[in-house]
Amino acid sequence: MDSLKTTISKTILFYALIFLALACEQKPSENTDTNSSLPALPTADANNGGLTLPDNFGTVVVADSTGRARHIAVNDQGDIFIKMRRLKEEKGILTISDTTGNGKMDTFSGFDLYTGTGIHIYNNYLYASSDSSVYRYPLENGAVPAEAEPEVIVSGFPIQRSHASKTLAFDNAGNIYVNVGGPSNACMEESRTPGSPGMDPCPQLEYQAGIWRFDANKPGQTQKEDGYRYATGIRNAVALEWNDKENSLYALQHGRDQLNNLFTDLYTDEQSAELPSEEFLQINEGDDFGWPYCYYDHFKNQKILAPEYGGDGEKTGRCEDIKAPIMAFPAHWAPNDLLFYTGDLFPEKYKNGAFIAFHGSWNRGPFAQKGYSVVFVPFKDGKPSGDWEIFATGFKGKDEIMSPSEAAHRPVGLAQGPDGSLYISDSVKGKIWRVMYYDNVTTASL
Amino acid sequence: MNKFYLIFISIALFIAACGGAKNEAEQTETTAQEEVKSEPEEKVAEAAVPRGQGIYKTYCQVCHQADGNGVPGMNPPLTQTEWVLGEKERLIKVVLNGLNGEIEIKGEIYNNVMASHSFLTDKQIADVLTYVRSSWGNDASEISEEEVAAVRASNEG
Ligand code: HEC
Repeated sequence: MDSLKTTISKTILFYALIFLALACEQKPSENTDTNSSLPALPTADANNGGLTLPDNFGTVVVADSTGRARHIAVNDQGDIFIKMRRLKEEKGILTISDTTGNGKMDTFSGFDLYTGTGIHIYNNYLYASSDSSVYRYPLENGAVPAEAEPEVIVSGFPIQRSHASKTLAFDNAGNIYVNVGGPSNACMEESRTPGSPGMDPCPQLEYQAGIWRFDANKPGQTQKEDGYRYATGIRNAVALEWNDKENSLYALQHGRDQLNNLFTDLYTDEQSAELPSEEFLQINEGDDFGWPYCYYDHFKNQKILAPEYGGDGEKTGRCEDIKAPIMAFPAHWAPNDLLFYTGDLFPEKYKNGAFIAFHGSWNRGPFAQKGYSVVFVPFKDGKPSGDWEIFATGFKGKDEIMSPSEAAHRPVGLAQGPDGSLYISDSVKGKIWRVMYYDNVTTASL
Repeated sequence: MNKFYLIFISIALFIAACGGAKNEAEQTETTAQEEVKSEPEEKVAEAAVPRGQGIYKTYCQVCHQADGNGVPGMNPPLTQTEWVLGEKERLIKVVLNGLNGEIEIKGEIYNNVMASHSFLTDKQIADVLTYVRSSWGNDASEISEEEVAAVRASNEG
């Protein structure tokens, strides 16, 4: 190719791009040269899809209303698999793709007939879960072939109505980790009934309220026959992720509800809204995090004995030696996904740090509901190396809401794209955002 | 590779980006909004409403919310639902016995557990249900202590 032609074409293209970027009033990006082999970043939406982000970050709304979305997975081609909480046009998993390269998903298809939360790509398979089983599908060039039959990897999880999401994580040794939530608030004899004592020992811990490990490659396992209880005493860990760099499992626990409704004499409305912490856990084999007997109080920095088990908000009792979280978040924010960022697109400070999607509270009443954001936690040596900070807000659509049904969107799932973009899913309408950093990247690589 | 061809493609991509919002599949969910009729028989006892509101705040609000709209996908709304406006006996039984299993409320599926609230007195249940039946646009008759007592008796017997 002759170099004059290239120079001319680059010049024309440069002005054409500037003109067009201005013409459609979208966020302009610096057009410096890089030799990236990945496709160019699409231009950010003018209003960042309603989100507020740190400087130089922008978003494209890749899809606006896919339905009741839960977790998401992105393949090497940038196509997104969405696990649905409710069937969308009779499909439990949606695949959305961008065939034109403008960042907007224009092709929607779907398969299978169960609802659920977990979805993950591992060793060229797509894994997905219903509330009682884990399935997988082979991937060919990133796609699930039309004729592919799901393989049942694990079945036989207890049927439960609350905390039923079977979220998934994978290590580097061929294991799959599955969250099995506790089926109650705090194992009361009479479920969520004021003053009812907790069952002791709590029978729910036998097959629930922990993380179970299985062989990721062996079809036909059941929890009872093949499951290994990797960790226990975890009320519900919807946000569950293996950290490759640290070679360790991490999760966030949804703390218990209703301290003051159930124990009016012991807790005020304010205490009930601010306690207990949502806990960020580093999980080793055999760990016990104390549910239902204990909860974490981030004002006291202690595990406190639950009122169902004789606690009064102060006593620590049997909780003294229970493993503490590596970080504690405000009560009831509902952490629903965790992602350790390994991409190169975002600035250095984000590398290996944790993004957490908080679905937002429902039981901080009579005060305003909170959460509804994506938070960033810097990491070093397997632990947070600084305070958490809000990374993305604006999901709610208004400044203050009293009830969760007022929220326009609620962040629920996170995934990293092949170019290091961060994808966020929403459980209300199924809006999907792609978050990008625009400082030193070209808008079109030539 | 022809560079001018690339330019053309790139420009086309940019134009697509500008108008891209229209590319998304329009997939809005429709929610069946059934009209639920109620027959106001008696006038709602005035004092029962503030008393019932206090009970609602303590025992129901956390799940069904101050605006009665519930928590999507988790706890159903109490606004213009068949359960709230319909047959009194069935409504009283929800509070006395709790409720679980799959139910459809205003086009949404709920499959969760509400605990029994039989620890509330007949009067408290009457007041809270009277409050619920006359709030957030609900306009149904009051529920009396005697009606709750009768359901409780038949329930236990
Ligand atoms: C711990 C949360 C919780 C509390 C507290 C609670 N409910 Fe419920 N309620 C539920 C759930 C969950 C359902 C649906 C159960 C199902 O899925 O089968 C429900 C269903 C109902 C229904 C029938 C469905 C509808 O929406 O019309 C009524 C009526 C009702 N609740 C009233 C009350 C009243 C009155 C109180 C207070 C005395 C109360 N609830 C307290 C969670 C709760």
